[in-house]
Amino acid sequence: MSKLNLLALDFPPVSHLFEWPDFAFHGTPLAMNKTVLIYLFAFALTLGLFLLSGSKKGLVPRGISHVAEGGINFVEDSIVMQTMGAEGKKYVPFLTTMFFFIFFSNIFEVIPFIQFPANARMAVPIAMALMVWVIYNFLGVKNQGFFGYIKNSLFPPGVPKALYIIVTPIEFFSVFIIRPLSLAIRLWANMVAGHLLLVTFAVLSATLWDSTYVGAVAPAAMLTLMTGFEILVSFLQAFIFTILTAVYMGGAIHPEH
Amino acid sequence: MLSLIASTINILAAAVTEGEGLKAIGAGLGYGLAAIGPGVGIGIVVGAAIDAMTRQPESAGTARTTMFLGIAFTEALALIGFVVFILLLP
Repeated sequence: MSKLNLLALDFPPVSHLFEWPDFAFHGTPLAMNKTVLIYLFAFALTLGLFLLSGSKKGLVPRGISHVAEGGINFVEDSIVMQTMGAEGKKYVPFLTTMFFFIFFSNIFEVIPFIQFPANARMAVPIAMALMVWVIYNFLGVKNQGFFGYIKNSLFPPGVPKALYIIVTPIEFFSVFIIRPLSLAIRLWANMVAGHLLLVTFAVLSATLWDSTYVGAVAPAAMLTLMTGFEILVSFLQAFIFTILTAVYMGGAIHPEH
Repeated sequence: MLSLIASTINILAAAVTEGEGLKAIGAGLGYGLAAIGPGVGIGIVVGAAIDAMTRQPESAGTARTTMFLGIAFTEALALIGFVVFILLLP
């Protein structure tokens, strides 16, 4: 076992797959471990991408500006326009930042020697989900008024009057409690499952390589396949988190009629 | 045959006294049960989306976005089962 245990060079004990020892500021609220470091990297990457491409003037995008413009176009066309319409365009910067931050902190899952998705710890997903909760409730109250928002979200139109006894509690739970929880759990559990999958096949390959060289072929092939799959999953989870945020915000801005 | 039944009863009795084993069985069964519904559900969602995409390829973008949304909502149940699995593990 290495001293710092930061790089994925050897296998940690199974109980420590997701818990990293602190390496700085022990025992204080500012204690740093690998997860914090990955989040700082993801933050710096997001900031750096847009600052760098924003500082380059020019009509035709070149180099890094391609990535930034492509990302903004992607978020605008396939997230905002599909869910909020043209009115939601002022939320594109927020959603783009969110998409890239989640994507960068997820993609460390497959980057060699780091190989840990920072979102496999619950803290930041739940904080982001609570932020989304505050934002869509604020937007709903701002656009529909407090009582209008409560009425539209708890008493959906087009339901027979007697059914409101059942529908209203269900709607209350699903809108105000289940939404942020499922948003956070979806991101976190997908990353945990992906990390467990990759670790399982990596351990299997290493063990079989030690005993029988031929036996490692199948798990190693599976590991390669799953690494590709996890790249897709980390992109997809960032996309789904962002699009659900957009759906919730769109629902708060435009109530159902 | 009798010895097999006797050994099964012994194992079960040991599990009951241990408690830990039952917890593991419960966790595994719980995740398996929680995965049935979402599995069928995601199949239905993706099948209907492919149906829509092949009928109207020009609206494939909208269908794909809606498909991902449907998958996300359906998948949440399976993921909650996964969380319960982790919480129940001894």
